[in-house]
Amino acid sequence: MGRKLLLEKAHVENIRLYDVYRQQGGYRSVEKALKSMSPDQVTEEVKKSGLRGRGGAGFPTGMKWSFLAKPEGVPRYLVVNADESEPGTFKDRYLMEFIPHLLIEGMITASFALGSNTSFIYIRGEYAWIVDILEQAIAEAKHNGWLGKNILGSGFDCEIYVQRGAGAYICGEETALIESLEGKRGNPRIKPPFPAVKGLWDCPTVVNNVETIAAVVPIINEGGEEYAKIGVGKSTGTKLISACGNLNKPGVYEIDMTISVEEFIYSDEYCGGIPNGKKLKACIPGGSSVPILPANLLLKTAKGETRYMNYESLADGGFATGSMMGSGGFIVMDDTQCVVKHTYTLARFYRHESCGQCSPCREGTGWMEKILLNLENGKGKMSDIDLLWDIQRKIEGNTICPLGDAAAWPVAAAIRHFRDEFEWHVTNPEDALRRNYGIGHYADPIHVPVG
Amino acid sequence: MNEVQGIISRYPQGKQKSALIPVLHIAQQEFGGWLSTETMDYVASVLQLKPIEVYEVATFYSMFNLKPVGRYMFEVCQTGPCMLNGSDEIVKYIYDTLGIKPGETTADGLFTLKTVECLGACGYAPMMQQGKHYREHLTREKIDSIIAECRNAAAASN
Repeated sequence: MGRKLLLEKAHVENIRLYDVYRQQGGYRSVEKALKSMSPDQVTEEVKKSGLRGRGGAGFPTGMKWSFLAKPEGVPRYLVVNADESEPGTFKDRYLMEFIPHLLIEGMITASFALGSNTSFIYIRGEYAWIVDILEQAIAEAKHNGWLGKNILGSGFDCEIYVQRGAGAYICGEETALIESLEGKRGNPRIKPPFPAVKGLWDCPTVVNNVETIAAVVPIINEGGEEYAKIGVGKSTGTKLISACGNLNKPGVYEIDMTISVEEFIYSDEYCGGIPNGKKLKACIPGGSSVPILPANLLLKTAKGETRYMNYESLADGGFATGSMMGSGGFIVMDDTQCVVKHTYTLARFYRHESCGQCSPCREGTGWMEKILLNLENGKGKMSDIDLLWDIQRKIEGNTICPLGDAAAWPVAAAIRHFRDEFEWHVTNPEDALRRNYGIGHYADPIHVPVG
Repeated sequence: MNEVQGIISRYPQGKQKSALIPVLHIAQQEFGGWLSTETMDYVASVLQLKPIEVYEVATFYSMFNLKPVGRYMFEVCQTGPCMLNGSDEIVKYIYDTLGIKPGETTADGLFTLKTVECLGACGYAPMMQQGKHYREHLTREKIDSIIAECRNAAAASN
């Protein structure tokens, strides 16, 4: 049983309420930070912890904090990114729904470190009921003296507000999120300047994911060095994984990044295998944007080594034979699923979510969607597969924000690893309408345990 | 109006434009579930914005409805993970039961069907949003009971 730092108390009865959360040791990190540490010391502990951003990019959090400009007389802001919208990802929702005070506690400590007197949670508009949960937690925290003026007599003032988005994946990109928080369309900004210098209302701003900010609590309580002892290499601490697709036990799991992918999928402690005696065909291990892998390359690297659930191991082999940890959205497909159709739904998603600023993404995502729909419906040509490859290459790297790459990668990886399934849709158009291609040869080279 | 003033007070002086999305949510709820040009112009006057600043935002975000909708909206997720768990069949079953395709409203004005992209409930698929809440692990039986529940609520409030 791996160590749990975030969700250990998530199922204590009534942990959503302040009194229970406090009895369970809640808000200790705020006491420790505000009474015995300087803001720079808090940042230093976060640096030592090796914590990497849990939203998807995996950028070192302490380093991000240390980039924050601190000009005299200019307010600074902490904005928590709760716009969780990457298909396959539902971990932040779980954390906010079950243990909201953990996020509020982490925000107060982080706001102290950054000198943010007004901090925001930007939450996707669809999570409407979670807004109520968070606002109740904020009101309780304020009532008990953890928010407001001169918190714990430290001279530090802090208020937290929840801001609802209104249905736009792009607002998970930090500069689009800031635009949205300013009451505009979610069009990403050209960087530089980075938000650390010019962010919300042109003031220095740090944008961090929900899980990242929650992890600040155990880091301050136990110390950065202790936190860094959990995990392996540069994958320190614990990571929330939201597992979905064809699994016996989909859900949110906290892992310490030392377990293998095979154990995660098949052990009863985690996902409990594939339902109905079916076989594992493919998996997108880190949210819809990261490359899909066939079963053989998922469980073992190209070198034949066991693949583990951490940043380095999931990326082993680069995009040729590896993938990414991403947001931790773990999507599993069994042998009856169609990779072409699944890729089509993702292409449709990215076309729908493209903000339209950059032509390669605005036009390219629409073309990819149409071509994939034709292929799925048995109306494609062989040359369409090469055309798809060409389009994704021309989107990648040619847009202001990473949505272009995010739209290109799933298509590229699907063609790279499942080209024969695409070709089958062209050569067997009638079959393609009636049935799916099946497992093909993808899982053959290795032993796949039955769930 | 107090609620709107409360929202504006979160932001620095002169940054009331930040209240736009929260206020549009309130307006949509108050004015029949959608945003007419008149409603948007009213929001513009409250926040001291030009009407175009409101239109360009309202048209960008998919939760804002720019046409009238039924009293109950079924917003069925159809992205990858939900598709793997049969969201197509849910859309089809709603069509078979209520006779509406995505984007359509029943003649009695009670139900609108909308297909949406990932709502962050992938582990509890298939699912849909209905009002403020998520309806997860959908089955035909569950759809039947949700429809009955909505009809009963509508009958009770008429």
